[in-house]
Amino acid sequence: MAAPSPVRPHTTRALRDVVFVDGIRTPFGKAGPRGLYAETRADDLIVRVIRELLRRHPELPPHRVDEVAIAATTQIGDQGLTIGRTAALLAGLPNTVPGFAIDRMCAGAMTAVTTVGSGIAFGAYDVAIAGGVEHMGRHPMGEGVDPNPRFLSERIVDASAMVMGQTAENLHDRYPGITKQRADTFAAASQAKYAKALAEGRIDADLVSVATRSAERGYGLATADEPPRPGTSVEDLAALKTPFRSHGRITAGNAAGLNDGATGCILAAEDVAEELGLPRAMRLVGYGFVGVEPEVMGVGPVPSTEKALRNTGLSIEDIGLFELNEAFAVQVLAFLDHFGIDADDPRVNPWGGAIAVGHPLASSGVRLMTQLARHFAERPDVRYGITAMCIGIGMGGTVIWENPAYDGGRQ
Amino acid sequence: MTAEVVTRALLRYLAVPGLPGDVALITLDNGLDHTRPSTFGLAGLSSLDGALDEIMARTPKVRAIAVTGKPFIFAVGADLSGVPQIGTREQAVEIGALGHRVFRRFTDSSIPTFAFVNGAAMGGGLELALHCHFRTLSAGAAAIALPECFLGLVPGWGGTQLLPNLIGADKAVTVIIDNALNQNRMLKAKQALEFGIADVMFEPADFLEESLRWLGAVLDGSTAVNRPEIGRGDTWTAAVARGRAIADMKTGGHAPAPYRALELLALAETADLTTGAAAEDQALADLLMSQELRAGLYSFDLVQKRAKRPAGAPDKSLARPVTKVGIVGAGLMASQLAMLFAQRLEVPVVLTDVDQDRVDKGVGYVHREIDTLLQKRRVSHDKANRLKALVTGSLTKDVFADADFVIEAVFEEMSVKQAVLAEVEAVVSTECVLATNTSSLSVTEMAAQLVHPDRLVGFHFFNPVAVLPLLEVVRGAATDDATLATAFAVGRTLRKSCVLVQDAPAFVFNRLVTRALGEVIGAVDDGTPFEVADRAVGELGLPLSPFILLQLVGPAVALHTAESLQAAFPDRFGASPGLRALVAAGKAGVYTWGTDGQQSLDPEVEALWPRGATALTGPEVLDRARSALAEEIRILLDDGVVAAPEDVDLCLLLGGGWAFWNGGITPYLDRTGVSEKVTGRRFLEPGVASLPG
Repeated sequence: MAAPSPVRPHTTRALRDVVFVDGIRTPFGKAGPRGLYAETRADDLIVRVIRELLRRHPELPPHRVDEVAIAATTQIGDQGLTIGRTAALLAGLPNTVPGFAIDRMCAGAMTAVTTVGSGIAFGAYDVAIAGGVEHMGRHPMGEGVDPNPRFLSERIVDASAMVMGQTAENLHDRYPGITKQRADTFAAASQAKYAKALAEGRIDADLVSVATRSAERGYGLATADEPPRPGTSVEDLAALKTPFRSHGRITAGNAAGLNDGATGCILAAEDVAEELGLPRAMRLVGYGFVGVEPEVMGVGPVPSTEKALRNTGLSIEDIGLFELNEAFAVQVLAFLDHFGIDADDPRVNPWGGAIAVGHPLASSGVRLMTQLARHFAERPDVRYGITAMCIGIGMGGTVIWENPAYDGGRQ
Repeated sequence: MTAEVVTRALLRYLAVPGLPGDVALITLDNGLDHTRPSTFGLAGLSSLDGALDEIMARTPKVRAIAVTGKPFIFAVGADLSGVPQIGTREQAVEIGALGHRVFRRFTDSSIPTFAFVNGAAMGGGLELALHCHFRTLSAGAAAIALPECFLGLVPGWGGTQLLPNLIGADKAVTVIIDNALNQNRMLKAKQALEFGIADVMFEPADFLEESLRWLGAVLDGSTAVNRPEIGRGDTWTAAVARGRAIADMKTGGHAPAPYRALELLALAETADLTTGAAAEDQALADLLMSQELRAGLYSFDLVQKRAKRPAGAPDKSLARPVTKVGIVGAGLMASQLAMLFAQRLEVPVVLTDVDQDRVDKGVGYVHREIDTLLQKRRVSHDKANRLKALVTGSLTKDVFADADFVIEAVFEEMSVKQAVLAEVEAVVSTECVLATNTSSLSVTEMAAQLVHPDRLVGFHFFNPVAVLPLLEVVRGAATDDATLATAFAVGRTLRKSCVLVQDAPAFVFNRLVTRALGEVIGAVDDGTPFEVADRAVGELGLPLSPFILLQLVGPAVALHTAESLQAAFPDRFGASPGLRALVAAGKAGVYTWGTDGQQSLDPEVEALWPRGATALTGPEVLDRARSALAEEIRILLDDGVVAAPEDVDLCLLLGGGWAFWNGGITPYLDRTGVSEKVTGRRFLEPGVASLPG
């Protein structure tokens, strides 16, 4: 009798479309002892975000969440202990829902989205939660780091690479055409655009309130972003100090501040979203990450966007909306100059950016996406948008999204 | 005077999403962590009053006033630390009235008021919440209760008036009377919600945020708050009657507080809040100026503090680690001990006995107990497996070789115990602590034949071992500090309240109970009718009458203890001929119960019990019993068996559930003048457990 033929495991694999269902965030706070979240734990911020996502989507049974990926740059203390898993447990998700922590500096939450999004496309997950948290008051950038001495002794990076403000000054050096005046003009516009959006009620939908305890003052409730400075003029900005170089260009006014906050979103396979009745705010088209010289990390979004466009077969002309993280005005201007886009192009950060609202490092990626999702809902004439950001230690990341509400340009 | 730890009313104005205008949020916080819960003293109340002044003066007016607590704690009631200093009834009235005045502002406010009960809410804390128009409750709130009657007070800051009118008189009786008198039972959050104490419950993770969201929804009308109609008339009357029956059963009419609370609950059916509050002020003042309350607070302090830091215990650092426990014997007591040690110490426990059948029975008992826990979901499957694997049996004592603590629970006979301990000592390490569970034999004598007599300690549990919290730790003449420290550490891990006693016949609890019972039985021997003698000593605050207690303990055990004490102190202890006859006849007690549950004296007992011709009256029996107690306690103290009267009281409170309102017993003996009359002096200074004057 012939031996039975060996059974070969096989999988019929088809990539699935991935949709961004919904995203929210806590109000952002100023880091420091007088900040909004001075006495609030980082894990409590992300837990509140996860709970609110589930509350806003009762159609999603909690046990259907297949992964919780949460980013934090400084993964110690209340941002440590595998925060994706611990936040899931603290949020009350069933203990059958796994989770992990993720870190790609400023692009942590963005990487959480691309990672679990890829897992969904691959068929490993149906639904996932991705987000990020950074409490820069409790965990200042660089807390507890121990850089290998070889970085400097072997000139692997320049000494300035670890100080983000210096890398931004370096970027001004590389592009002399980007003057301090241009940077300040862009920054003032960011404040103005945010203030207008806030006044029009466009920001509140993104926010979930957070109880903030102060041992001295009792409980409060965070309901609005703390960093914005409405009414900031170019003249105001011109007067600020340049702490990274004497007679330099980078100031507290044309850069994002040091902030506390958390963001999160639900991602799902498009067919599963349909099955569960989950809304589809954006469809993931593709993404790209690249490395650049760490001492000019701000240039990162240029090659990462080129890579993402290449990966998806799109061109920059196809992109109707840009949500660019404003770590520094110079870094956004370098991007816009490269692609030949005006600094005041209405497609760019229509409701302002991180210079106004703040940049709690690892959480910002999902804020860009949430913002883009709201634009898509209002703009059925736009088919594609991108979210892009520069990343510490010399990287860039870009994610391209499609608007499910796109009406084929009928308008 | 003890300085008040002031609970400050921290005030902030908040914007609530979707709600135009501000909300005033008061956080009650005494500046310390949850291990020191927030309470209301005079300064705390005036801080709350001041916060309300500020809120009311604000323009434009706030939309709502909400009050919450620091993490884990809403507020746990009045600050009672100053009670010993309250010297006049006027002061006492003032305390009640101030609380009423401040809390009432939350009820009378034209601005909607909300309590966000984020954590433990007891007594005045819960009463503050009841004064608010709306209540949210955290599912994580550890305890909701009105424990006043447990201590000897009434919920006199509105509790007796507001609670029955919110949730109905019957449930209010459960909270105020039944739970308070049931070892101060507390409601869990879910039960409190079911009772209707809160309008809505939210999970703890974002309790405050969701409470504020709910506040917004209530104010804008999108959420309606519906409370069920409560029954009045007969329903109300029946509830108060039920409360009275509970109070009678639990206190025999000897504690004033629950009866005052029931009067107020009855009043609450029809009285307006002002009338009710005035009545509460009077009741509160009467009780604050009562001996029973002062003794109740003393009792509370003993079981909360002294029980956790036993007087005279050696330094904790001397205790040796216990990684395995041996138990000699596999009878019922030994099996109960095995269960307790396995469950609390979570180390291997091995039982030994002389035949396999007994060993199997002992281990089987423990396994069945664990299965019961599993069925009640008190332990998980894994935990049940772990506990079962910890408990094993053996016919030989070589299994004790690596044990650190071996306790014997064999027959109560000196020679048997000495022989068993010698066998154990032959196999264990020199560091191993040996303990005896004797209730009447001398630890010193038992240790005499050991190679290392310094390692033997008495470990006297009370039956049922799993339930009664007292553990008398007996120091023999040779017992060393390391042994004693290890015994205290083990006792604490077993979650027992340890009291250090010196080696003396029957130690403390059994000696005093036997003495008191002996006098009651002696009165019957002399010719007093059983019922007269049995009813005479209710005032002493025993949880059961003497002859019911005798039935529970078993006449044979009682006789054995009485005889051993008679041998030691023939002038004060006697073995009653009646009790001997009872035991000889194999009777379980002096009463029988008819098919209707009616208790009556067993006529056979009446016949077999030799009686004299001298019938004492009830008061005479009482006087005889309490005089004997005073005498015996004075001798215990003079002999140094325990460090202080407080330890005597602790033993009675924890070992036998003697009355809180008597402070165990010495405050009662002092306040009735018995101690001075019999021993020439008080046990405690005036004011310690009594009114100062």
